Amino acid sequence: MLLRLLHRLMVLVLSVLAASVVVFAFMRVLPGDPARVALGINASDAAVAQLREQFGLDRPVVVQYLDWVRGLITFDPGIEFVSRAPIGPQIADRLQVTLWLVVCAMILALVLALPVGIWMAVRHRHWDGVLLSALSQVGVAVPAFLAGIVLISVFAVRLRWVPSGGWVVPAEDPAGFVKRLALPVISLSLVQAAVLARYIRSAVLDVLREDFLRTARAKGLRPMQALVRHGLRNAAVPVVTVLGLQLATLLIGAVVIERVFVIPGLGSLLLDSVAKRELLTVQAVVMVLVVAVLVINFVVDVLYLVIDPRLRTAR
Amino acid sequence: MTTSTKTRSRAGVAALATAVLLAGCSAGSGTSSDPTTPDGDGATSSGGTGGDAGGPSDETVRVGLVAEPASLDFTTTDGAAIPQLLLDNVYETLVTVDQESGEIVGALAEEWEVSDDRLTYTFTLKDGVTFSDGSDFTAEDAQFSLERVSTDAWTTSLKAQLDVVESVEAQDDTTLVVTLTEPSNSFLYALTTRVGAMFDTEGTDDLANTPIGTGPYTFVSWDRGSRIVLERNEDYHGDAPYFGTVEMHYFRDANALNNAMLTDAIDVVSTVQAPESLAEFETGDYQIVEGTTNGEVVLSMNQQEGAPLADLALRQAVRHAIDHQSLMDTCWAGRGTLIGSMVPPTDPWYEDRTGDYPFDQDKARALIAEAGAEGETLRLRIPTLPYAVACGTVVESMLEEVGLQVEVDELEFPSAWLETVFTNKDFDMSIVAHVEPRDMGNVFGNPEYYTTYGTDQIRALLDEADTASEEEQVAKMKEAAALISEDAAADFLFLLPNLMVADPDITGLPENAIKESFPLAALARG
Repeated sequence: MLLRLLHRLMVLVLSVLAASVVVFAFMRVLPGDPARVALGINASDAAVAQLREQFGLDRPVVVQYLDWVRGLITFDPGIEFVSRAPIGPQIADRLQVTLWLVVCAMILALVLALPVGIWMAVRHRHWDGVLLSALSQVGVAVPAFLAGIVLISVFAVRLRWVPSGGWVVPAEDPAGFVKRLALPVISLSLVQAAVLARYIRSAVLDVLREDFLRTARAKGLRPMQALVRHGLRNAAVPVVTVLGLQLATLLIGAVVIERVFVIPGLGSLLLDSVAKRELLTVQAVVMVLVVAVLVINFVVDVLYLVIDPRLRTAR
Repeated sequence: MTTSTKTRSRAGVAALATAVLLAGCSAGSGTSSDPTTPDGDGATSSGGTGGDAGGPSDETVRVGLVAEPASLDFTTTDGAAIPQLLLDNVYETLVTVDQESGEIVGALAEEWEVSDDRLTYTFTLKDGVTFSDGSDFTAEDAQFSLERVSTDAWTTSLKAQLDVVESVEAQDDTTLVVTLTEPSNSFLYALTTRVGAMFDTEGTDDLANTPIGTGPYTFVSWDRGSRIVLERNEDYHGDAPYFGTVEMHYFRDANALNNAMLTDAIDVVSTVQAPESLAEFETGDYQIVEGTTNGEVVLSMNQQEGAPLADLALRQAVRHAIDHQSLMDTCWAGRGTLIGSMVPPTDPWYEDRTGDYPFDQDKARALIAEAGAEGETLRLRIPTLPYAVACGTVVESMLEEVGLQVEVDELEFPSAWLETVFTNKDFDMSIVAHVEPRDMGNVFGNPEYYTTYGTDQIRALLDEADTASEEEQVAKMKEAAALISEDAAADFLFLLPNLMVADPDITGLPENAIKESFPLAALARG
């Protein structure tokens, strides 16, 4: 068990390292001299050279890379070229916003998907189960940003129930916070709920066909009772995997949703920084996303071992 | 188990790649960018044209804009968004352009005298003006500010506008004497732009984050990515502005900006990015302001040696082949002004030059034949900006109708466009709006610039215009504009309109956006 954990941990660290190389290299091949972009078309060549020197862009790539990694490890990703603002605090601020979005969307997706998924499985031969299943198929196909645009035009522009976008700090204006969070969270979670419900349905269906469940029913338990007492734990293994993956896609989906709803989260920071060629900011944000995804995978692995005792010994 | 781990790591990498791709795409389709953001207009805060609708109130006005400044320091950072926010609002200049007359009038300077040889300017400064940090504004600050432009502290090339200054001297607290190396008509005008902004001698430590000026508003806070807040300067030397607080809300997306207006999250849309979306506001619940800007949408033609468009006949063919009215109708919903040259109607040397190359497909075909360029392929490399993308397809089809081949490339703005077109000049044609005021010389007076024109003849003419008397200047500038047009140095598609939407009771909105600033002190609710 411990050995397996250590192995996983090593994979995690190596993946983060590999990702850092990829991210760093990616940024270097993007067209456009960041110093030129930062200073604009009216800047003199001397000023551009000066900025390049000031930010060490003229040093060997390997030195730049090592310097950057050292900064990341000490949670100091540097300062922006143009605004001279430190990047670390910006990411911390934006991350909070994005986490609200992602966590709320995940919770809402789960709350929707669990009962619906189980219902779809248990009633898979009945009209209501089939109908729900078809609906969830539609839900899977709708991109979050499209859902967002539709929700805005109906609930914000036409009905005026909620603002069309923006953000307030929850402590400052709790009601306004909930109002602004509602539509983006719903648009993010609808798709997730649909996907999740389908996975839950098939996981539960698999379990329903297992011998031990038939035995339980033979002993006189009704299907739902048998499922709740003996089956759900078994169905949880594949569902946890999907949950992990979905959390990752949610993070990425939030990038787009933040744009649609004008939310100052990590995603909008990423997009703005790419446009402005704030290399260091882009690199730092992408690394935060990558590390988040990798850590989620790691946690899923560990959860596996916790949920399914059979996996602890198997190798 | 090992296989499933691998699958998931791969998913992680895929997610990363998606993130990077998404970032690339969305930034590419970005709607906001400096060239589409017309500069604000000069309802002069000291001229008393606005802010008198029933005295100051504690109200807040929320203005929606598309381009967030990259920093608050326009001495080192380019882009129209910074002066739009800070000039005339937080920082003031010695003189400014009057919105009504277009003339240069006093701002921080009460009056000024020009010596007979037109080399010495003596400014008499207003007394009792203070900076927002409490210190007095004196001629010493003015000297410091103007001298600072020529030091390394200023890095944008706009600083060259004050190259003509030989010396600056504060004679006493309210008298400033500026001596020029040669007579220059553009000097006084330059003082109305960002290079003329007055800084506190002690207040330039952190311009990127803490601007200190004498203006009607002071900078309060900046939520990066969404909002900048200004508050009324209670010690302002002029008329107190009506709104106590101004919130500038930044939207990267034109739809989000419109939605914010439709849902009453903002009171003013400073620039409508997509003219066809105006229909949403034509319900009578909003006021729509339409005026002109300094944003000439230029179809540039690379005339470097060896390039197909080095041939005058071919350039002339391009100009004849484009039906400007129908182009503007198609790509900008018919909003805008046809100009035919690099001069907006609000400049003193404006002339209607739309007749220089009337739409004439037969003539275009004949000129193409003369150039021996039938079927020639021209690369139209446009930035990913709304007007450029929309007009690019129209230009493409119009040129193909007269027998040219056009290959359209969309380049992500600013980075990819800057590198390919601006720096490497690897293009045949491009489309960009040039929004700087009075920028004919900057854009067409330098063969090294991406427009690749700047002939000796035009440069001599521009120099003469600057050193001549003011009346002669107008004549010479007209001549220069005509020469640029006749040489088909570029084609001038149209002038971007200044389109604003606001609550019906907001007053003081600048109809024409002819200055670098968006003057907030004039705004009121009445």
